[in-house]
Amino acid sequence: MFALIRALWSYRAFVISSIRNEFVARFSRSRLGGLWMIIHPLTQVAIYALILSNVLAAKLPGIDNRYAYALYLMAGTLAWNLFAEIVNRCVTLFIDQGNLMKKMRFPRITLPAIVVGSSLLNNALLFFAILLIFALLGHAPHWAILWLVPLTLAVVALASGLGLILGVVNVFVRDIGQVVPIVLQLLFWLTPIVYPINVIPEELKSTIQFNPMYPIITAYHDVMVYGRTPQLNHLVVMASVALALMLLGLFMFRRATPEMADAL
Amino acid sequence: MSVLKVKNLGKAYRKYKSEWMRIARWFGLPGKASEEHWVLRGVDFSVEAGEAVAIVGQNGAGKSTLLKMITGTLQPSEGSVQISGRISAILELGMGFNPELSGRQNAIHTMGLLGFSSDVIKANLGAIEDFADIGEYFNQQVRMYSSGMQARLAFSVATAIQPEIIIVDEALAVGDAAFQRKCFRRLERFVEEGTALLFVSHDLESVKALCDKALLIAGGTSVEFGDAKRVCDLYEKMLFGGAVSGSSHVAELPAEKSSSYDNALVSKCEESYGDGRAVIESIWLEDERGEMANVFPGHVRARICCRIRACDNLQSPILALMIKTREGVSVFGTDSKHLANDIGNIVKDELIQVSFAVDLALAPGTYYLNCGVRDSASEQTVFLHRRVDALLFRVTRSQSSSAAVGLADLSARMNVEYTR
Repeated sequence: MFALIRALWSYRAFVISSIRNEFVARFSRSRLGGLWMIIHPLTQVAIYALILSNVLAAKLPGIDNRYAYALYLMAGTLAWNLFAEIVNRCVTLFIDQGNLMKKMRFPRITLPAIVVGSSLLNNALLFFAILLIFALLGHAPHWAILWLVPLTLAVVALASGLGLILGVVNVFVRDIGQVVPIVLQLLFWLTPIVYPINVIPEELKSTIQFNPMYPIITAYHDVMVYGRTPQLNHLVVMASVALALMLLGLFMFRRATPEMADAL
Repeated sequence: MSVLKVKNLGKAYRKYKSEWMRIARWFGLPGKASEEHWVLRGVDFSVEAGEAVAIVGQNGAGKSTLLKMITGTLQPSEGSVQISGRISAILELGMGFNPELSGRQNAIHTMGLLGFSSDVIKANLGAIEDFADIGEYFNQQVRMYSSGMQARLAFSVATAIQPEIIIVDEALAVGDAAFQRKCFRRLERFVEEGTALLFVSHDLESVKALCDKALLIAGGTSVEFGDAKRVCDLYEKMLFGGAVSGSSHVAELPAEKSSSYDNALVSKCEESYGDGRAVIESIWLEDERGEMANVFPGHVRARICCRIRACDNLQSPILALMIKTREGVSVFGTDSKHLANDIGNIVKDELIQVSFAVDLALAPGTYYLNCGVRDSASEQTVFLHRRVDALLFRVTRSQSSSAAVGLADLSARMNVEYTR
């Protein structure tokens, strides 16, 4: 495990320049470049807000803002976007970089590190864009928003752990790459991002608790929309799950690395 | 001191009944591969600092697999590779370049991929730009580069900092001659300064020129390791020579075999065709004493002989011959009509023997011989029988030969006059 961290540290120049290059390359031939990374999720928010605000806005007690539903949507989207981007990219990561892995010797752990770094950068941009919109809609952020730092780390741990496991297995069993987008879609609708949790029938609520993204999204809502401290007991459980997944992911990654070049 | 030690190295690709079984094995569950396919096994050699070693072998012999295990992109299934120092591989130049980024950005990125810190990269960027010598293109996107320019940049980056071991593949062939020369000069300097060079090439001449030792890989294992020239000769024998079994024509030859007859020097790639009205039963070469030979010192008299059986009544057939290099370049060709020599009419089942006395004014090398019987009557070239690459012979370097390089031996004699 320490060997992985050491390798990552000695290749930090490569990781940083890869993240920067990815960012620069996006701007090089499209006019809006990296802005598209913000425009996509915000359009989605706008669509849901337009279509569903009349149906669902009334069910959001505790915020006195005309645009309460939009705020709610954006908070959830911020968390979900980070999660989905890391998982999606990790799943195909080793296959996409197969050529490089077959020809060059470098610590493989840098590849997921680049994905995490680049996704965090995108997420930071999205966060500032959302802050700006919050300000335009007349919603001042509460100091509880500082909770986003540990919350983001928790999302990264969960997503990269899951992504690493799926990405490693996907090298050998390619069906994984096809199944993951479907499962992610399903998970999106099983997480209270578009709808508030109180529209869910009571008997289903207990099931939704098993969704590891549920406490995270709720915490994002708490700190960004309601301006209150998140419920820590749920988060501790979720963070432990995330940590366990990450350790499992790293373990599988280490075991698979020698065999991956054979299967690519 | 050995910088590279390869011990009993082998690589097997394993297949499992189900890929899930492979995954279960990572967790320590029992599970055996259902199929093992060994692509390389039992390779042993070591390379000292400052040594240039060539790796030769036919396509698919396992050279790439070996190199990948040495560079560390493939994990060996058995045996070990011990490396002291940094290894730099120039396999398929231009790997990992992002076409959307400039040459400069790609150079920084690739240096990072090789594990250098940003300080080292910054310090060497100027030298990289100078060596690549692609002018303003260095600051333009790589997608606008020609493949030669990409090769220049890639070689420049890969050799910016002298490694302990450098691996050079066929990839260098992309650049123009001047740049290739520049690359080889840099490699030669590295070797002088103690870098070990692993050189993979099919061009045996440059192998012999550049390397001290060579490793011959064939059939997934190392066949020979040692002096470059000896190994190259062995490899050549494998490629062009081989078993004596293909020499059924040689069996009933009239001439005595001379001491300079190499039994292994037999063409394995002969092609034979014709309309069947005649058969070239045998082709052989004789030396000055009239003994059958296939190895000659340069610039000697020799005779090319062939025996032809007529399967029909033939009217003045033409006998033609052609000497070619291994690459198929024609060196010399003639025929009986050109030599104003009418073979005359031959009746069915008659056997004739024709010989051409030649002066083998050829530079040292291996040559092929073609032989054919043509119909003189028809407008088009109709072969009664033609044997392509029927015979191999070698011209060796000797006192009597004056050619250093090239194909022909123009019997140069040197004379210097001093005027004082």
